[in-house]
Amino acid sequence: MLSRSFFLKILSGALIFGAWEYAGRVGVNYALPTFLESMKALIDMTISGLIFKAYADTLRPLVVGVLISAFIGIGIGVWVGLSEKFDWLISPIFIIMQAAPLAALIPLLIMAYGIGLTSKVFVVCIMAMPVIVLNTSVAVKNTPSSVKEMARSFLGSRKDVILKIIIPSASPVIFAGLRLGVSAGFIGAILAELKITPTGVGDIISYSRMTADYPSMYAAIFSIILLAVIFLNILEKIEDVLFKGNNQGYIS
Amino acid sequence: MSNNQIENAVTVKNVYKNYGDVEALRDLSLEFPKGQLTSLLGPSGCGKTTLLKIIAGLLPATQGEVLVNGQPVNKPGPDRAFVFQDFALMPWASVIRNVAFGLELRGVNKSERESIATKYIKDVGLTGFEHSFPHELSGGMRQRVGLARALSVDSPVLLMDEPFSAVDEQTRRKFQEDLLNLVKNENKTFIFVTHSIEEAVYVSDQVALLLPRPSRVSEIIKPSSFKNKDINSIRKDSEYLDTVERIWKSLRSYVE
Repeated sequence: MLSRSFFLKILSGALIFGAWEYAGRVGVNYALPTFLESMKALIDMTISGLIFKAYADTLRPLVVGVLISAFIGIGIGVWVGLSEKFDWLISPIFIIMQAAPLAALIPLLIMAYGIGLTSKVFVVCIMAMPVIVLNTSVAVKNTPSSVKEMARSFLGSRKDVILKIIIPSASPVIFAGLRLGVSAGFIGAILAELKITPTGVGDIISYSRMTADYPSMYAAIFSIILLAVIFLNILEKIEDVLFKGNNQGYIS
Repeated sequence: MSNNQIENAVTVKNVYKNYGDVEALRDLSLEFPKGQLTSLLGPSGCGKTTLLKIIAGLLPATQGEVLVNGQPVNKPGPDRAFVFQDFALMPWASVIRNVAFGLELRGVNKSERESIATKYIKDVGLTGFEHSFPHELSGGMRQRVGLARALSVDSPVLLMDEPFSAVDEQTRRKFQEDLLNLVKNENKTFIFVTHSIEEAVYVSDQVALLLPRPSRVSEIIKPSSFKNKDINSIRKDSEYLDTVERIWKSLRSYVE
């Protein structure tokens, strides 16, 4: 029954947006607009085309950064998972990358790569890549040894074992890492726009904050969250289609 | 080639296996006659699975050699197929892809390997489940998939590593009867690892009793008189019961 879970989703949304509307109306803070005001601002931005122009700017470093992180991150992750030496060599870099406070590193990035697209892509990558690499390598390491042995005993080559056993077996966890990486990438993209040069959605947020146009500010924040959620849902659907039997739990 | 080598499908000669300082197998020699089922029976830790994996070519022997049809082997080959204790199915693949996987790795094209797989799925009684996934099957059915996969590559030697230990007792009995028919009908050599004395005596032409610390073959028992009897009366046969009793007497001192 689709309708029941659908109904619950609607209810969950209504509760949150209702609480937001209520908080805006009673005036928790002068900087908090109501939900409806924010939605009106969002519609205005959509009609004027402002939001599309903003996303054209924001999505560029985001898409480039996420794609680089996904391909290179999964590649490095598989390699790290397969080779213990490579693990010792590479994993610390990504653990440090994940632990480092990114905002503090941004001045360094600006010095090295300027204030253009490169720096912003870097910020997205630093946010997105570690979790993708670390998840992938753990998933590869945890491939059940009996299934690998099975492929070897039926004359699978090293390549067969990697492509037909290790990657499919690791894919649920790789995809989980990818989802975390993509949401971290969204954070990175907005952070880059707030900290490096205000462009795109980051520009709308900082500009409307300066002019005390709070509905627009919240509309921009709302839109980026909405986009991230939609994107993550699409990723989940792709995963469902690609690996049908895999998300039904493991057998042993 | 001498006559002796033709009669034995697999010969293990003076095999040693060490894991670091731990001696798993010491100077183990054993012959597996063609067309028969030989059980490797022993308490846990006696190295029976290690020996089976060395024969499969999945583990290297520290010393000694394994001959399959007279040829020394040190890696997996088309002449041996393996049935795993934990089934080792791919959870993301349908039953038919799992069964055809051995052929897929050998480069057989899709329509051909699926028609072969369909035949063996029928032989193990899983017709209708071709497109099910492993998580939708019971333990016994999963092992049937594992068995069909091993049969579909048509190897002359079948290596079975405690294949029935993870299924329930009723299914296990049915499997044992099916195995007897399989040995009778297929002209294959079976090497069967088990820790169940009853199972070993019931299904085997030859039982190799392995004892631990260090691992060695202590005795080879060839139950004979009840082999041609009706499947249903074997478990009541006096030789069957005596053999079970004798093996238990040899083994009991090794059980803490």
